[in-house]
Formats: sequence, C-alpha cells, structure tokens
Amino acid sequence: MADIPVNAPFQTLPETDFEVRSLDAMCVNESQVQLPWYHNFKYAAVGVIFGIAFVKTEIISWFRIQEMFRLQSFHMYGVIGTGVAIGLLSVWLIKKFKVKTINGESIQFHSKQFSRGQIIGGLMFGFGWAMTGACPGPLFAQVGMGVFTVLIVIASALAGTWVYGAVRARLPH
Amino acid sequence: MLEQLSHPWPWWAGGIIIGLTVPALLILGNRHFGISGNLRHICAALFPANIPFFKYDWRKESWNFFFAGGVMLGAAIAATLLADPEPVKVAPELAAELRTYGITDFSHQLPPEIFSWENVFTLRGLVLLIGGGFLIGFGTRYAGGCTSGHSIMGLSTLQWPSLVATICFMAGGFIMANFLLPFIMRL
Repeated sequence: MADIPVNAPFQTLPETDFEVRSLDAMCVNESQVQLPWYHNFKYAAVGVIFGIAFVKTEIISWFRIQEMFRLQSFHMYGVIGTGVAIGLLSVWLIKKFKVKTINGESIQFHSKQFSRGQIIGGLMFGFGWAMTGACPGPLFAQVGMGVFTVLIVIASALAGTWVYGAVRARLPH
Repeated sequence: MLEQLSHPWPWWAGGIIIGLTVPALLILGNRHFGISGNLRHICAALFPANIPFFKYDWRKESWNFFFAGGVMLGAAIAATLLADPEPVKVAPELAAELRTYGITDFSHQLPPEIFSWENVFTLRGLVLLIGGGFLIGFGTRYAGGCTSGHSIMGLSTLQWPSLVATICFMAGGFIMANFLLPFIMRL
C-alpha cells in the first residue's frame, strides 16, 4: 500500500478551515488513500439501497413524521431505535476486531465537540423537520420519488446553510 | 418477490438497513454517515462568496454527492418498480386532526394539499416549504449534523453531544407539531 499517494490534509487549506472542521462533524472524514473518482460509485450503490429502504419503510412520509411527533405511532421510533442498535453493534465489532477498510486503511473515529449550536440549531432543525416532514436524507429521496416541489425545500435549506455560514462568527457556539 | 417488496416494509427492516449503512460507509472508505453536509458542500462548490465556512476543498467530500445521488436513484426505483398502489395508512387521530386543516388526500406519502404545485404557492405552502427548508439548512449546520450524522452515526459511536442534539431535534419537532403547526396549518 506504500505506493498509494498520500494527501497533505490540512497544510494546503486556509487556517480558519481547521477550526471550522473541528467544530463541524461532517467534514472530519479525511481518507488518506486517493482513488480515481469513479470509486465513488460504491457510495452511490450504498445510497441506492438506503434510498429504497427510505421509501419502502415510509421514513420519507410526511404522515409518519407527524405521527412520530404526536406519539401516535411506534413506527419511526422502531426505525431509528433499530438503526442505532445495529450501528452501535457494528461500530463495536469494527473496534473490537480492528476491521480495516477495503483499501487496508484502519477505520478512524472522531469525537464530536459539544457546542451550544447542538441545542439552538437542534431545536431549529426540529422545527423544520416537523414543518416539512423531512430531514435532509428524505429530502433527496422525495425528489427522487418525483415530488419536485421538494426542490423548493432543498433550495431554501441551501439558503439556510449559506446564511449560517455567513453569520456563524456572530452566533454563540 | 417484487410483489412482496412493494408492500410497505416493517420498521425493523428499514432500521436494519439504515444501521448497516454505518459500517458499509466505514468499511468502503472510512466515510462517516451524514447527509446534511451535502448542503454545505453544495454551497462551497457553487456560492463560496469568500466565506471562511465554505472555503475548503469540497472535492474531498464528493463521495457524499454520489451517496445522495444514489439515495435519489433508489427512491426513484422504489417509487416505480416497487410502487405500492394502496393508500398510505395514517393513524386515525392524525387523520382526524389533518381533516380540520383541509388535508384529506391520503393516497400519497406526501399530502398534495401541501406539496402539489397548485398548493405550494399559497401562504401555508410557502411558510411550510420555504420556512421549514431554511430552518433545516440553518439548524443542521448550526447543530453540526442531522438525523443521520448525529442520531445514527453520533449515537452509534457514543458521542454525548450527538445525544444532546438528538434530544433537541425531537424537542423541536414536538413543539412545532403540537403547538405551532396547528396555527400554521390554518393559514
């Protein structure tokens, strides 16, 4: 594996980015192995299975989300509970048996730092979740199902993300 | 087989597949499950506007665009090849409440009274879709993740900040659905 080129992850990036990355849970996954772009299709394959499950389990249903927030159905609690249980077991097994990636890298985990954003932003996202009946994953699935008005929700979510980026220095974290 | 798969799947089937996404992405390339990051990566790719939060190499995260694209394709397959002709089953208490807001069509997963093109450009439609969308985009980034990044991935790796975030997601949803949505739905 020594002949695979290794990235220089942070040196080439502006200094503020390191601080941003350390706060933002999404962007810490830095693979050291550089593969041609078409290797990304393996993630698309996982996405296809995930998307089918999203629709057939009705996680993308506006009605299921409304039932969840009114305690009128066990369904979503069962889905999320099972998902977390399987995720916990998988991560435990990966750590216990030091499972490596298919490219032979060791699998890395990152701890998330607490910020007040998890409370304030979390409540804001909860409001939006109940209003649209969707979290970000289902938004993409709903467009795939052919409900194209959801593109308006995605455009607005992009605007929300952008405004957050523009004002984040002035927000409590 | 197709016939059986086209009925709605039980909760545990969806839960197992969502849970298995965590090790699948880790083993395929050290990727941490999370979808809302895509919104940030799109901003970084298209409108960085010299904002530090969007100045990073989004190409390194392009795997996530493929993942989201796969989700869209999978949903399209489920909605066509595996389409279920039956109307959506809705809890009777919810159906009764929704009828008071004029939502009576339970034949689709998303009510056309909110999501059809004719109804989107009403005050109620715009508040729900544009207001809700903005809160999703702003809130998930402020919280550092969404249901996938915090509630599934974060809880699976025993991150207590993710538990805080998940509790706040649910609290926000309960407040909105029970106390605020009744007013918005009557707009």
